[in-house]
Amino acid sequence: MHELSVCQSLLDEVTKIATSQGAGAVARITLEIGPLSGVEPELLARAFEIARAGTCAARATLSLQVLEIMVRCTECGASSRALPNRLLCAACGGYRTRVLEGDELRLRAIELDAPAARSAARAERRESGG
Amino acid sequence: MCETCGCTVTPGNAHLAHETTGRPGATVELLHDLLAANDQVALHNRAHFDEYGVLAINLMSSPGAGKTSLLEATIEALQGRYRIAVIEGDLETDNDAARIRAHGVPAVQITTGTACHLDAHLVHRALHDLALAGLDLLFIENVGNLVCPASFDLGQHRNVVLLCATEGDDKPAKYPVMFRAADLVVLSKADLLGVLEDFDPVRAAEALRALGRETPMIRTATRRVPSLDAWLAWLEHEVSARRTLTTRRASPGTATAAA
Repeated sequence: MHELSVCQSLLDEVTKIATSQGAGAVARITLEIGPLSGVEPELLARAFEIARAGTCAARATLSLQVLEIMVRCTECGASSRALPNRLLCAACGGYRTRVLEGDELRLRAIELDAPAARSAARAERRESGG
Repeated sequence: MCETCGCTVTPGNAHLAHETTGRPGATVELLHDLLAANDQVALHNRAHFDEYGVLAINLMSSPGAGKTSLLEATIEALQGRYRIAVIEGDLETDNDAARIRAHGVPAVQITTGTACHLDAHLVHRALHDLALAGLDLLFIENVGNLVCPASFDLGQHRNVVLLCATEGDDKPAKYPVMFRAADLVVLSKADLLGVLEDFDPVRAAEALRALGRETPMIRTATRRVPSLDAWLAWLEHEVSARRTLTTRRASPGTATAAA
């Protein structure tokens, strides 16, 4: 189950971005997954539940957008939808195709929560004031 | 080995490029490959292989398809012609590395524990225990698994996937991500085809072609009636192609990768 490795790599990336943005927590993470990426969306979602504990994404919603497979035929030039184990041209039936879409494993967007810098500053003020 | 390069793996700077501010509820739009950290280390590994003119081959298959046996037979057949080293990936034991070392070839064992695949970081760590200077060929024998290893670039130049005659001929249709990643498919234990009537090599080739690839499929056998000619010819071709590329890169007047 390599989905856990993928999740850890996702959380590293998310933490880096949230820190650089001064955000304390992340509310939503949006991923794009192609069927040819080798990652099973359902397993990834389950791995995320485990891997997110103790990170800035501990309360984040994981939103998975599963993409379709699109191929372009290098013989006739047609673009068509395809299945993971049948990447043939729907127009001419040829097998000389190029995958246009469907092998992605992408972090698409992160919705940030309260910025850490500001809450840290507030805590500091409270401390020095009290 | 990394005393020369310092192993400064760049974490990829693209993710720091966005300029949005971190106000609550703000959404940062991105287009990041999730395995970017792995791919960066894979690039780094590949740079090492290229620096030493070593052809790196990632060998993948289901457990028991005959990866180690193929390597043993290959080492024997190429003895005196190529200098070979092997990185072995297994969940536990260094049995496979011991088998390789018995043929007088350096082997580094990576035990992954519970991890079902090798990644670029694990290979990079193993490279610290392996002298690349003077090598022609490095085989990385991945963990026996037709699913997970397909998603991780290790820095190899070529992916070789074994399809064993004792398996179903529809394996390419069942594991399209793995077989799509193959530069070469090796039909292993092909000497058993005569008795394993369920396996039809023509059907296997059709399933492979349906993945939109013109991946060559060759046959090997290492036991009763050894047959390695097509495999050795492929290796020879790949090694000499890699050498030509490395020589061209290193020749005077062309820019070398000094960065």
